[in-house]
Amino acid sequence: MARSNKPIVWGPFAAGGTLTAFLTPVLVLLTLLAALGHAPDLLAYERLHAFAGHWLAKLALAGLVFLSLWSAAHRLRITCYDLGLRADTVVATIVYAAALAGTGSAVFYLTRI
Amino acid sequence: MSRKPYVRAITSEWIFRHPRYVRYMVREFSCLFIGGWTLLMVWGLKQLAEGPAAWAAFLEFLKSPASIAFHVLALAFAAYHSITWFKLTPKALPLQIGEEFVADAAIAGAHFGAWAALSLAVLILAGAF
Amino acid sequence: MGERLVELEVLRYHPETDSEPHFQRYSATCREEWVVLDALNHIKEAIDPTLSYRWSCHMAVCGSCGMMINGEPKLACKAFLRDYRGVIRVEPLRHFPIERDLVTVIDDFIAKLARVKPWLMPKDNKALAAGEYRQTPAELKRFKRYSMCINCMLCYASCPEYGLIPEYIGPAAIALAHRYNQDSRDGGRELRQQETAATEGAWECSFVGACSEVCPEHVDPAGAIQQVKIESTVDWYQEHLMPWLKK
Repeated sequence: MARSNKPIVWGPFAAGGTLTAFLTPVLVLLTLLAALGHAPDLLAYERLHAFAGHWLAKLALAGLVFLSLWSAAHRLRITCYDLGLRADTVVATIVYAAALAGTGSAVFYLTRI
Repeated sequence: MSRKPYVRAITSEWIFRHPRYVRYMVREFSCLFIGGWTLLMVWGLKQLAEGPAAWAAFLEFLKSPASIAFHVLALAFAAYHSITWFKLTPKALPLQIGEEFVADAAIAGAHFGAWAALSLAVLILAGAF
Repeated sequence: MGERLVELEVLRYHPETDSEPHFQRYSATCREEWVVLDALNHIKEAIDPTLSYRWSCHMAVCGSCGMMINGEPKLACKAFLRDYRGVIRVEPLRHFPIERDLVTVIDDFIAKLARVKPWLMPKDNKALAAGEYRQTPAELKRFKRYSMCINCMLCYASCPEYGLIPEYIGPAAIALAHRYNQDSRDGGRELRQQETAATEGAWECSFVGACSEVCPEHVDPAGAIQQVKIESTVDWYQEHLMPWLKK
């Protein structure tokens, strides 16, 4: 048996899982507050635009989007197999491509801020 | 004596055979909400880049009933992901100090503590209060 | 302690006559303190001598009597009748082919155990005359729990990934490899990674954690597998990004 190249996809999954475990709930809470009409100060256009305009924030946001989408994609791939969908290579291609597309879009929009 | 081993078929009903498998599936399904919310935020970045009017429209969309329902579910699933992740961390990263291993509860507890502190810090810095 | 009438519904399969397995119900008067294995022994002695099943020590150290009891993988010698209500359903360990009645074909498991090279490969090959390898209590504790496996296969029966992906080498095999990788005397991790870091190795695991929950010896194979994943990942990135570094 040869050693697998799974670490390429698993490394970012583990990093993303850890990052989303620490950060995603509070971030969802922020946008939930906005949804309920109590938007936090940071989500006002001027403040958020100023925040996201900083190159460090752009880097962080791009990283957050990539790792969040990648770990979700990897989990979805496993879940499909668990549910009986056997075409793993096809599923893997679709989910990872979606994660990369989402990341690419985020990077594109961030450069326009 | 002739051998004729019988192979039992596997169906997806394994998920419902014991609560632990149901809990596992719930944990795995959190990826749909975490991924979905992230994609929603990517769209938000697009609106932010397009200017104040587009951003205002995004905030308006967030207030829709569908968005609120999604957010409530997303918060629940994201929190479940966090809880399960931190409870499993000690198994993946055991810490041996001297002869003994640090108790699982201590490692998990430290993560929960950091999670709480970080969340509070983000809420304060974002001006949620 | 008194007696109790117990009903067992046991999956039967005789390859000479049956095309597929079927349940057979037995009613047996059992002592209250008995385990399921005692009930099976009583049935075999007094009611139906054709019932086949594996057992040996009757004290949860040999790993022979693993079976599904009310859908859960358990050692029959450790499943107390007093913990069950109503009809007790007894089936052969899941995810293994049925040889006969409650006896499963375990060849796949045995082969996988052997594949991970479960023996010490000393880092420095000392001549016998040079004396013993010395180990501190801390170094022993580092791998001790992974050495406690009794090869009962309850973990394989509980693992949905092993059920879905028969090529997966499985929890006990990986935990056993980890036992040697964690041994301070051993230098064979890279060689074992041929199996444990292959696609059918640790990477088929999705950390359901059922294996550790059902393990009667608290080996924690799930923990071992995640540690193997992390080790393999670090090794992989180091090898590809910093090949000049010695492992």
